[in-house]
Amino acid sequence: MMKNEKNLNDRLESLLASLPAGRGYLILFLHRVQQEFGYLPEEALARAAEYFAISPAEVYGVATFYSAFQMKPGCRHELVVCHGTACHVRGAEAVSAELSRLLGVEPGKEEPGKEVAIHQVNCLGCCALAPVVVVDGEYHGRVTRNSLEKIVEKLAGKK
Amino acid sequence: MSQKKVRTVGELQNLRLRLQAAPGRRRLVSLSAASCGRASGALEVARALEAEIRKRGLEETVELRLTGCHGFCQLEPDLVIFPEKIFYPNLSPGMIPRLVEETLVRGRLVPELAFSPGPGQGFYPKLDELPFLRKQVRWLLDRHLTLDPDSLDSYLEQGGFLALEKVLSGLSPVEVINTVLASGLRGRGGAGFPTGLKWRLAREAGGTEKYLICNGDEGDPGAYMDRGLLESNPFSVIEGMLIGGYAVGAGKGFIYIRQEYPLAIERVERALEKTGAAGLMGKNILGTDFSFELELVRGAGAFVSGEETALIASIEGRRAFPRQRPPFPVVRGLWGQPTVINNVETWANVPLVLQNGPAWFSRVGTPGSKGTKIFSLVGKVRYTGLVEVPFGLTLGEVIEEVGGGAEPGRKIKAVQTGGPSGGCVPERYLDHPLDYESLKDIGSMMGSGDMLVMDEENCMVDIARFHLEFTQDESCGRCTPCRIGAKRLLETLRKITEGRGEEEDLELLEELAFDVRDASLCGLGQSAPNPVISTMRYFKDEYIAHVRDKTCPAGVCKALLDYTVDEAQCSACGLCARVCAAGAITGARGQTYRIDPGKCTKCAACYAKCPKKAIARGARKEAAIIGNTGIHTGSAGQEERAAL
Repeated sequence: MMKNEKNLNDRLESLLASLPAGRGYLILFLHRVQQEFGYLPEEALARAAEYFAISPAEVYGVATFYSAFQMKPGCRHELVVCHGTACHVRGAEAVSAELSRLLGVEPGKEEPGKEVAIHQVNCLGCCALAPVVVVDGEYHGRVTRNSLEKIVEKLAGKK
Repeated sequence: MSQKKVRTVGELQNLRLRLQAAPGRRRLVSLSAASCGRASGALEVARALEAEIRKRGLEETVELRLTGCHGFCQLEPDLVIFPEKIFYPNLSPGMIPRLVEETLVRGRLVPELAFSPGPGQGFYPKLDELPFLRKQVRWLLDRHLTLDPDSLDSYLEQGGFLALEKVLSGLSPVEVINTVLASGLRGRGGAGFPTGLKWRLAREAGGTEKYLICNGDEGDPGAYMDRGLLESNPFSVIEGMLIGGYAVGAGKGFIYIRQEYPLAIERVERALEKTGAAGLMGKNILGTDFSFELELVRGAGAFVSGEETALIASIEGRRAFPRQRPPFPVVRGLWGQPTVINNVETWANVPLVLQNGPAWFSRVGTPGSKGTKIFSLVGKVRYTGLVEVPFGLTLGEVIEEVGGGAEPGRKIKAVQTGGPSGGCVPERYLDHPLDYESLKDIGSMMGSGDMLVMDEENCMVDIARFHLEFTQDESCGRCTPCRIGAKRLLETLRKITEGRGEEEDLELLEELAFDVRDASLCGLGQSAPNPVISTMRYFKDEYIAHVRDKTCPAGVCKALLDYTVDEAQCSACGLCARVCAAGAITGARGQTYRIDPGKCTKCAACYAKCPKKAIARGARKEAAIIGNTGIHTGSAGQEERAAL
């Protein structure tokens, strides 16, 4: 435990050391923490408050305002269903419902113990390919019920 | 690689001439490989092309270039072979050997692989003959066809930095501003403020430091013009900002890109590095006393940060809260200093204006709106994609001639420009010209350029609800009219789409929509009611159908629908029962199947699966009668059936 803590603090310090100086870089720091750990550990927020000389409440306010930051570790597989306008008119709700049915996971909820999470986002900007699903960073355009089944099968294979 | 620093205008000219004179390989194969292309398999096609080119020994004569977005999203991945501009759409690795053999080795066209609007409608093997390009004026997009977005040399070869060169070799900042003013260039982010005037105000404002910002927080669902530009030609935005920095007297600029655009971020980062390494950015650019630095800022996922004062707060490392204007950012912006914020497309237009002159630029467009505008044409049209058209083209020309019209067998019902902030206008306004003022006249707005086409299968009440879901969710919560007003609007719309609406709700909706519009602090809240106001203005009958008759004429609102099996069509194959997750479908092979309305979750799985199209989706009222009487007529609701 002691070793892990030390490790965490070291990692935070090296992230801070690579940061340009200035209050404006709080969000950049949070991005880098999120990238390094997959979420924002509480220690990172406390350290940021100290480093940028602002209150922990302000750091927490920024961290929770933006949807890029997560306060808890993520799932092993992340599925993102685009719910932008173009995807909506081409059936994004049915896509979410079908994925949810196939995977047994409720969209928008991170259920403890589950390997997969389904996120719904507002727009990925690939509107011409609507409806769009992103599986662990890989884009799938013009998905259909059949291609969703394949996506889920492939995901099961990866486990 | 031009690693060596370019120190003077003369050196830049020499470098460009050298690049342009270098003997290129005979043929250039340009493959669209921006985000959309990649999602459609462009990288696999690229690998197949590389292998085939090597196999046929064509490395010396053929150059494969992965470019940004060509604009034909529906036809991705596509390639253009220069110099003839042969165009092949919808590629897959399997098509590559034949394509290389026929076209690159033997110099013949493969008509079957060329674009065709449909069976029996001919083939269009040449880019310049494509029917959907006829009405377009692709000043910006055409440059994507030959540009390697990661190469400064490629940009220079195309005449890149000619505008900066011209500016720094003799124009005064005031002359630059006057040129931009005279061109009539207006902000492409949506508000349409004259760019030259904004620059002049910032130049004339006091202050120790001045800043420029490129707003690439393209949050409107349905919009991706800025992503297209940043991924395909990041250098043009950088050049535009360098010119702006010189004109305004700013020493530093920021390019703010939403984090949902990883490829755009990567490419802009690389372009900034290369521009800096070549000495075109930094201290004493081209030997003048003009110094300018640019920094990339990655957004963190908040729609409101596209609002200019909120974006400034975000760059300052705070929550993206908008603030009261005035003072406008040109007077008090980033860190309290005068700041010019322009949209990505505006910055990309700046080099064109300076290089070609204001008269050239303003010959295209309408009296009030000059130049071209890129739209992301999405929704229910045949050819979705990025299109660039001159201002003044009608909505109908864009949808019918550029977009290819409605999908086969469908009819266009409405068009929305301006995303969740814009209005939905009915099909009868298709002859209305596209420019900043005339869109306002019909209750919509230019917006940043998203154009969503809807047909008879889209419910306008549902669209209004959908947009309010978005704006309500993205409301930052700072001002009450937006925080609570948008929430109440949404609740009322949900009530209506769920079949619990009453006639008073329509009055409430109308009154509240105008209150939220008039009383909100920033553009988000002020424009959030637009979808409600415009759909109530043009599609009141649909609202009445939901409230009074409890039906959804388009067959979208789940609570108002029932699924039934048309026994005459049913072949009793049992697929529907197998796919039904709710166990609502019963029957046996050889007999017809039935759907229990009590168990049905209306997920439409059976509807999509049925090979005989025997599942009907109809208004609930009819189905309710069937339910009450126990009479199963089978064909009930067939008229109102609608596809997913």
